[in-house]
Amino acid sequence: MIEMLNVYKKYPNGITAVNGLTVRIEQGEFVYVVGPSGAGKSTFIKMMYREERATKGTIKVGEFDLVTMKDKDIPYLRRHVGVVFQDFKLLPRLTVYENIAYAMEVVEKSPKVIKKRVLEVLDLVGLKHKIRMFPTELSGGEQQRIAIARAIANMPRVLIADEPTGNLDPDTSMEIMTILEEINNQGTTVIMATHNSQIVNVVKHRVLAVENGRIVRDQLEGDYGYEV
Amino acid sequence: MKFRTIKRHLVESLKSLKRNGWMSLAAISAVAVTLLLVGSFVAMLMNVNKLATDIENDVSVRVYIDLAADDKEQKKLETELTKFDNVDSVEFSSRESELKQVVGSYGNEFNLFQGDDNPLYDVFIVNTDKPENTSAVAKKSEKLEHVAKVNYGGATADNLFKTMSTVRNVGVVIIGALVLTAVFLISNTIRITIMSRKTEIEIMKLVGATNWFIRWPFLIEGALIGFVGSVIPVAFISFLYITIYDIGTTYLSGTYFALLPPVPFLYQIGGAMLAVGIVIGAIGSSISIRRFLKV
Repeated sequence: MIEMLNVYKKYPNGITAVNGLTVRIEQGEFVYVVGPSGAGKSTFIKMMYREERATKGTIKVGEFDLVTMKDKDIPYLRRHVGVVFQDFKLLPRLTVYENIAYAMEVVEKSPKVIKKRVLEVLDLVGLKHKIRMFPTELSGGEQQRIAIARAIANMPRVLIADEPTGNLDPDTSMEIMTILEEINNQGTTVIMATHNSQIVNVVKHRVLAVENGRIVRDQLEGDYGYEV
Repeated sequence: MKFRTIKRHLVESLKSLKRNGWMSLAAISAVAVTLLLVGSFVAMLMNVNKLATDIENDVSVRVYIDLAADDKEQKKLETELTKFDNVDSVEFSSRESELKQVVGSYGNEFNLFQGDDNPLYDVFIVNTDKPENTSAVAKKSEKLEHVAKVNYGGATADNLFKTMSTVRNVGVVIIGALVLTAVFLISNTIRITIMSRKTEIEIMKLVGATNWFIRWPFLIEGALIGFVGSVIPVAFISFLYITIYDIGTTYLSGTYFALLPPVPFLYQIGGAMLAVGIVIGAIGSSISIRRFLKV
């Protein structure tokens, strides 16, 4: 469960990116975050895994209080919140297997657990046969699937995807959506920021529209709602 | 920490040492040069200190007998010296035996002064009960008849201590500057390591690696640079000191003075240098980690 109450974020340069935002997202929901560029989408999302710290207000993710929490506790929050980016952020000198295993090694999981889980998530994203390949040998869509596999390797309760289909063609984007839905069906909350109107309009879920640092529209089974 | 994790940190730090070969080498050299100077300086200072203390603890006053004094006058002088307070014993050392000592210490060239050419005096070596009484006994001896001059260790020791404190102050400033240079070079090396692993660090932070998990490999890398950098001067100084010690022992044989024996001195100074190297390395990398990881 994610809860934000009257949240403000003012940057040192004076720009207020989030301006009194309030929202509640239940465990297991699938939520799109839409809105024009510079509306505060990114800041809103970054506050959920404490990449940004709110200036004022209350943010709760599960049992974590993100406003009062100490910096040294951030790693433990991050183990519950997986993140996927538009640019994948895979390590080019590691194989597919190693890239995913890496995320588990750094939180000190045992080799046995790692091996089992990597195969599991690769199966989920349908790339078990590319286990020994390097990221550069994969297509954009495949790389994003690996990035998703890595993000869920540590079994987070929330998966945040920031423009996950931003660099991908429509068909590949739909494949990614299928995987995200599958992950959501297994009980993981999925929060996806996107500019892709087609996806939002076809694969129906709750839509949060952010403008001027506030939620201006909160719609179950909503539309994209902006001119493309 | 799990053994698996320790092994991982070690492997990571070794890998990046290798990857930034030239920078690592520069940092190692900086530590080596710094510690070579620090080590030599400290070794020298400690030995001068030892000598000065030896001299200070020397209870003897050397009373040089006027060449014109005959046997009777000499005998009288000896009786007078023996009667002084705080005097334990008075020994006679002839010009010939004095010359023998000089030849023993400085070489056979001094044999030229045998016989009538001997420029040295007969000496009464007056041993006092405590080192601090030497100066009083020396002053009283000076006033006696047939005394050419009087010498005792205390005066020399005072001069040595004074010179040493100046040398020490200048040395500390120079060493301080060198240590800073070494720290700077190490922190630069680690900074490059960090830059080259930016994406990895970003991913580690995203998936919830703890700050210490991220820090350890860099700290170890810095400490390794410091360690390797200090092994070189430790080896060099040990070799040099043993050589100097052998020579010094020959010169100082038969005197009251000695250099610090290599064992345990070299263990102490070597251990200290290794520790300083490792600490310099760890500090250097901590600076970079703080600035660049903001963890």
